[in-house]
Amino acid sequence: MNIAVCVKEVPSATSQRRLDPGTKRLDRSGDSEPNPFDVHALEEAIQIRERGADVGEIVAVCMGPESAQRVLTKALALGADRAVLVTDAALAGSDIAGTAYVLAAAVGKQDADLVLLGQQAADADCYVMAAAVADHLRRPLVTQVAELRLDGGSVKAKRQAEHGYDLIEAPLPAVVSVSDAINTPRLPSIKAIMGAKRKPLETVSAADLGLDTGRVGGDGARSVVRAISPPPPKAEGLRIEDAGGDSAEKVVAFLSEKGLI
Amino acid sequence: MAGLLVYVHHDDGELSPQGLGLLAKAAELGGEVTAFVAGSGIDDGWAGSLGGHGAARVLVADDPGLAGGLSQPIVDALAPSAGEADAVLFGAGVVSADVAAGLAARLGAGIACETTDIAMADGGIVATRPALDDTVMVESGFAAGPGIVLARANAFPVREDASGSAPVERVPVSVEDWSRAASLTGREAADSGGVDITEADILVSVGRGMGGPENVPLVENLAKALGGEVAATRAVVDAGWVPYSMQVGQTGKTVSPKLYIACGVSGAIQHKVGMASAGTIIAINKDQNAPIFEFADVGVVGDAIAILPKLTELVAARKG
Repeated sequence: MNIAVCVKEVPSATSQRRLDPGTKRLDRSGDSEPNPFDVHALEEAIQIRERGADVGEIVAVCMGPESAQRVLTKALALGADRAVLVTDAALAGSDIAGTAYVLAAAVGKQDADLVLLGQQAADADCYVMAAAVADHLRRPLVTQVAELRLDGGSVKAKRQAEHGYDLIEAPLPAVVSVSDAINTPRLPSIKAIMGAKRKPLETVSAADLGLDTGRVGGDGARSVVRAISPPPPKAEGLRIEDAGGDSAEKVVAFLSEKGLI
Repeated sequence: MAGLLVYVHHDDGELSPQGLGLLAKAAELGGEVTAFVAGSGIDDGWAGSLGGHGAARVLVADDPGLAGGLSQPIVDALAPSAGEADAVLFGAGVVSADVAAGLAARLGAGIACETTDIAMADGGIVATRPALDDTVMVESGFAAGPGIVLARANAFPVREDASGSAPVERVPVSVEDWSRAASLTGREAADSGGVDITEADILVSVGRGMGGPENVPLVENLAKALGGEVAATRAVVDAGWVPYSMQVGQTGKTVSPKLYIACGVSGAIQHKVGMASAGTIIAINKDQNAPIFEFADVGVVGDAIAILPKLTELVAARKG
């Protein structure tokens, strides 16, 4: 079986993140990294292979500008066998619906039995890509997975839910999004980093995937940012300096005054 | 069917407060609000009670294929009605979000996530969300309908005085084979004893500044005295002091209790995004420069380990 892992390029955790006031899009000019949640998905693919499943290949798939090649090179260093970058000027500014359409078309061409994604993107904080991709592919879906096991031709997953965990089974081919609780991603060795440069990294365009360009890019976006503004200010809080636990009475007085106890 | 359609999720008949809150908000905007519920063996009286929460009418999708509580069959059931609406609104939640996302793909519709406010403008729905660790507010509209809006957890309160009912209409349901391929085979309680911190009115949270797992009982005791629950930062969950189900923040849960008491919590942005919308925030931290003091309503500069026993005692005495 083959595994495809979707990897998004996001601004690195240490960079200053901002929206460009002109385009109202995320300023992606600074340092970037693979979306940390997607790294958990890639790690899980590697661990599935290490646990003894017959994994033919692990392919990392990314949609992004040409700079996203760096992110795919990192995915190759972490353990992907090959990588596919979907990059095209026509795709810039795609919204969630457009992105899901493109990713589904791209992973649909990879002959993957299992498509893995991270639970969310660290830049947009949306939890929706896996379910949207699954719907396009018409494949069963399990999201927010904290434990994943392959059992013959199906996946057995433990999903984090509001009440605890749901145990879900789905036949392959399937789409699964993983929680960051599922594993601890490894750091690539120097040898793996060097070796990544020799692994195949293919670039494909919207035309290569046969995409309807009316559904992608800024012009095809159905969700449109109207305005951006600073968050409402919060009033300055009350400051109490404690000396040997004497602040407790002041805190209780505050709680009482506010009707909280 | 123009107007707003609100999908209200339920778990074996227990309606999600997230969906009910959105129904209340939708009703405030004026216009006809339709609620949508899906399941198997749905009682008309139960569905009609959504009228008390703001629905002018309720669409019911009732089919054995919808019994499993998974998202994909619900997308099949919802898509025909959703395609005729101006906007389809979803409360937060794992299944609810999956339905919203699947529907967006099915209809090729725009979707706005993490929504904390909605309004009508220029004849369409506008969704506002905090983004980039709540440093900026982003207002989105939709170029072509329907617009799909997914709310942030606890962004919209449920009506407290819900009463009355709305007419119920059953819609035809056709579930695709591939949609029912996944199945729910069982459930496990969370390792916190099934407590859902997103529903708690009072949370007392433990951060690194509490020193070690041996001091977690100090936090538990205060939570117990207040009638609340214990929450935690990612650092202490990673260190194994408390289970993941208690984690608040970017990679944990988003909570908005009436009262949040942060003990030894620095207030890193990853934690802040999960709790900044709490009604009242009290922070106890030894470090007077801790970022949490920038957004706490009451900031106590001091050692939580010394303060908590005294605070617990006073609260318990007050509550009698």
